[in-house]
Amino acid sequence: MKNRIDQAFQDKKRDLLNVYFTAGYPALEDTMRVAVALEEGGADVLEIGLPFSDPVADGPTIQASSTQALENGMTLVKLFDQLKDLRSRVSIPVLMMGYINPVLQYGIERFCAKCEEVGVDGLILPDLPMYEYEELYQPLFEKHGLYNVFLVTPQTSDNRIKKIDELSNGFIYMVAASSITGAKSDISATQVEYFNRVNAMGLKNPRMIGFGISNYATFSKACEYADGAIVGSAFIKQLSQDASDQAIKLFVKSIKNPS
Amino acid sequence: MTDTSSKYLVDERGYFGKFGGAYIPEMLYPNVEELRENYLKIINEHGFKERFDQLLKDYVGRPTPLYHAARLSEKYGAKIYLKREDLCHTGAHKVNNTIGQILVAEALGKKKIIAETGAGQHGVATATVCALMGLECIVYMGEVDMARQKPNVERMKILGAEVRPATSGSKTLKDATNEAMRHWINNPADTHYIIGSVVGPHPYPDMVARFQSVISEEIKHQLLEKEGKSDPDYVFACVGGGSNAAGAYYHFLGHENVKLIATEAAGLGNHSGKSAATTALGREGVLHGSRTILMQTDDGQVVEPYSISAGLDYPGIGPFHAHLFDSGRALFESITDEQAMTAGVLLSKLEGIIPAVESSHALAALENFQFKSDDIVVVNLSGRGDKDLETYIKWGKY
Repeated sequence: MKNRIDQAFQDKKRDLLNVYFTAGYPALEDTMRVAVALEEGGADVLEIGLPFSDPVADGPTIQASSTQALENGMTLVKLFDQLKDLRSRVSIPVLMMGYINPVLQYGIERFCAKCEEVGVDGLILPDLPMYEYEELYQPLFEKHGLYNVFLVTPQTSDNRIKKIDELSNGFIYMVAASSITGAKSDISATQVEYFNRVNAMGLKNPRMIGFGISNYATFSKACEYADGAIVGSAFIKQLSQDASDQAIKLFVKSIKNPS
Repeated sequence: MTDTSSKYLVDERGYFGKFGGAYIPEMLYPNVEELRENYLKIINEHGFKERFDQLLKDYVGRPTPLYHAARLSEKYGAKIYLKREDLCHTGAHKVNNTIGQILVAEALGKKKIIAETGAGQHGVATATVCALMGLECIVYMGEVDMARQKPNVERMKILGAEVRPATSGSKTLKDATNEAMRHWINNPADTHYIIGSVVGPHPYPDMVARFQSVISEEIKHQLLEKEGKSDPDYVFACVGGGSNAAGAYYHFLGHENVKLIATEAAGLGNHSGKSAATTALGREGVLHGSRTILMQTDDGQVVEPYSISAGLDYPGIGPFHAHLFDSGRALFESITDEQAMTAGVLLSKLEGIIPAVESSHALAALENFQFKSDDIVVVNLSGRGDKDLETYIKWGKY
């Protein structure tokens, strides 16, 4: 079977909206409900965040949601249980995004097997070093049909971007600015220059832009330079205020097509 | 005698045995990579070494004395020496590292300095060298630690630093470290992050250990002068992240006849749920950019540690020490609040030296050993107790 991520980019008729949300937030049993509402609202790709106690790459909004999820009792064991019917209810690509330590403690082989079993398509583990992926985990990810998505930033050198492109599948996560999640909220000339530089490199993977995408304006602007964009903190903020199905669908609509 | 130190020092990939590495998000990669590419070149330059040594001598007050503690020796039936890091400028060994790193920052052309701090000693040592070099300084400190180490907060402010409270998680050292890393992510170009211990992604553990290695280098020379041999039988040091221990062990690592004793803070006891004894309670994982041993739940969430000593209140140990533990090169002991405070008061009464509560953990472990009368024992007295007066007063048993 073709990976759903490839399918999404291949079938793409419009800019792809990828939405990040924290598993087990705002309530422990919300994970599947939020995923279903996001797809119904028009999201194209989902990133399910694995909560961690020490999320150094995240800003206060996502950290607060992680802390809440952990207080709610979220664990990887619990999450895979919640996702056991994922593929009878959600058809768009689903990635897991999280820090490496909880995955290592769960057991990386067991983790990959479980991801395949419930129908996860890819992984984003920002603190997994490239060399370790290459030396230890790549065959494992491949065996379980999991795509590995790496991040690039405005400071990432061209040589490193090429290497990342080689080792990535599905798409490359283009971090819009040198920042933690949720820190900035518009797109500057320097960023445009960086997007253009990466786009001119002839990479094999499509790109999605994340960090600082919070509304229709930033989403559509980002999509001028990539195949899609990722919304995280802004959606978590929405969930913290109103997490009803209706509010989730309205949020997705407000990002993609407010008129 | 063969020197086996290469077994214990960092390899070319940035690992100590299976521990270490650089487990960092891409946003931190350029900063850490810039440092990794340059740190050895910078610190091996002749001019660097000269300036570093000069500042350690004239500004820090090195070499610190190796003091034969006669009354303490009599009590434990061995020849006990105290390495007086408590006499360093700013009151602890921390300044050895901040002097080294501020010179590295300067060589890299950085204009701003950030740091994390637990007890405040590293924050003070960082604020001090920033004042010395005229660089802007921001120190992240857990809100809880700010309350229990108020004098150090004020010291940093007097020195011209800005102290920013870390309000997430347990509001202690690990959270201050998270906040400092975030700040670095947001300000990659002009800022150097002075990590205060042998923790963090490669090259930090190795770089900090090298700067602190002046401690064991001096011990060697001083012992040779006093005892006619440079190797002691034992070196005792406390381990939070582990920078003073790394410095005190460094030049003895390859001399397997020197027994290395690492003491961790067991708080109210390792089975009380209130402890910071990482090797007793933790297991392998990834924290703050390195593969090491850390205290965590079955699900891989980092556990909030506890110790009476803010400087040992950290849920991990540096990869340097994880490897010493794993390989059996160092012996790890758990010391409770009670044992440490008792040892601190004992040293005060016997030798007229009030030690930092951190260092008291190393002193307390002397109780657990049967020494031979001619054993030469070095205890690294990493800091002085001035900052802990309130803790001693609250403890009250003196």
